Amino acid sequence: MYSQFVDTGSDRVLSSEELEGLERAFQERIDDEITIEPRDWMPEKYRETLVRQISQHAHSEIVGMLPEGNWITRAPNLRRKLILLAKVQDEAGHGLYLYSAAETLGVSREELIDALHAGKAKYSSIFNYPTPTWADIGCIGWLVDGAAIVNQIPLCRCSYGPYARAMVRVCKEESFHQRQGYEIMLDLCRGTDEQRRMAQDAFNRWWWPCLMMFGPADGASVHSQQSMAWKIKRHTNDDLRQRFIDQTVPQAEHLGLSIPDPDLKWNEEQGHYDYGEIDWNEFWQVLKGNGPCNRERLEARRNAYEDGAWVREAARVHAEKRARREREAA
Amino acid sequence: MKEWPLWEVFIRSKHGLAHKHVGSIHAADATMAVENARDVYTRRNEGASIWVVRSENIVSSAPGDKEILFDPSDDKVYRHPTFYEVPDEIENM
Ligand SMILES: [Fe+2]
Ligand SMILES: [Fe+2]
Repeated sequence: MYSQFVDTGSDRVLSSEELEGLERAFQERIDDEITIEPRDWMPEKYRETLVRQISQHAHSEIVGMLPEGNWITRAPNLRRKLILLAKVQDEAGHGLYLYSAAETLGVSREELIDALHAGKAKYSSIFNYPTPTWADIGCIGWLVDGAAIVNQIPLCRCSYGPYARAMVRVCKEESFHQRQGYEIMLDLCRGTDEQRRMAQDAFNRWWWPCLMMFGPADGASVHSQQSMAWKIKRHTNDDLRQRFIDQTVPQAEHLGLSIPDPDLKWNEEQGHYDYGEIDWNEFWQVLKGNGPCNRERLEARRNAYEDGAWVREAARVHAEKRARREREAA
Repeated sequence: MKEWPLWEVFIRSKHGLAHKHVGSIHAADATMAVENARDVYTRRNEGASIWVVRSENIVSSAPGDKEILFDPSDDKVYRHPTFYEVPDEIENM
């Protein structure tokens, strides 16, 4: 989801009986729900998969600040502005918790950021959509953060300790994000006709991309099965997507919004909502870099990084100079 | 360009509790490490005090030494109060 497609490097999932030596002992620990810590032995593919997933997740938090950052100076009042600032600042924090978790796997922050800026690392497709109105900010909090919560709660039990602990921290902060978004939507939906139209228009634009956040159906995918065997992942993409739809539809109905899916209907027998076909072509296009804002997002990140380079360099040189002087004086 | 060094962050959440490891942070020097740790790890009153230490200065036991280090205490049940018999009529012990 925030990491929508993670290659595990596996062709087939082996059970612990088929494995030998260290690999087998490792899988048995996982099967026994024993958390893996940074200095424990782990298969190289497990480590690489985690680096890929955690860094995609971190990049998503950081790039995810851009669509909302667009509205900080335009928030309709001071209360909303303070809330949005705090929310976006939390997302920066989430990115940093996650980079720090990835670094425990022996990669440097710089490598990870370079990979993002070179277009080699992925981030969630959802942040490549524009935020032309204030209702988009409501939709992001309510739906995008709502989807993130559905995805992140099971990650709190991920087999890799530093990732799981970062997720616990993140989850504690997410529910404010979702509620502030829903409150924006409530205000608009209780407002004038024009405000209600704005809310419906934004909802129409975000609904399908939010369903795509969970990634394509992966029940049959070897990468998904491997991630589940390693207990990095606990549910299939379709299961999480269904959970999100089931909890979100009543919230939309409460707002008086109509869901932009003619096939959406309650299935009494299944106890779930049925929903229409997702346009996976759009998803792959956005993931490949052809979404409405991909270029703009990457450019904004690169510029921020490059424009700040002299500050990082100056702080480092200053710190080294001071340390040298202290040594000489001693 | 050389990266800022990595620091491990420990937060005391309340007076009376010990500092607990929460994650790491990059900073050019110790002062900045405390400031960055404040911004990243204590946005909601999670902190009453912060420790930062350069990650490279942490010395830890090796996972492979787990048995050598910790198994010897496994068979010393007499270190626990439940090992001892206390007659039912004895109170406050
Ligand atoms: Fe987040
Ligand atoms: Fe969030």
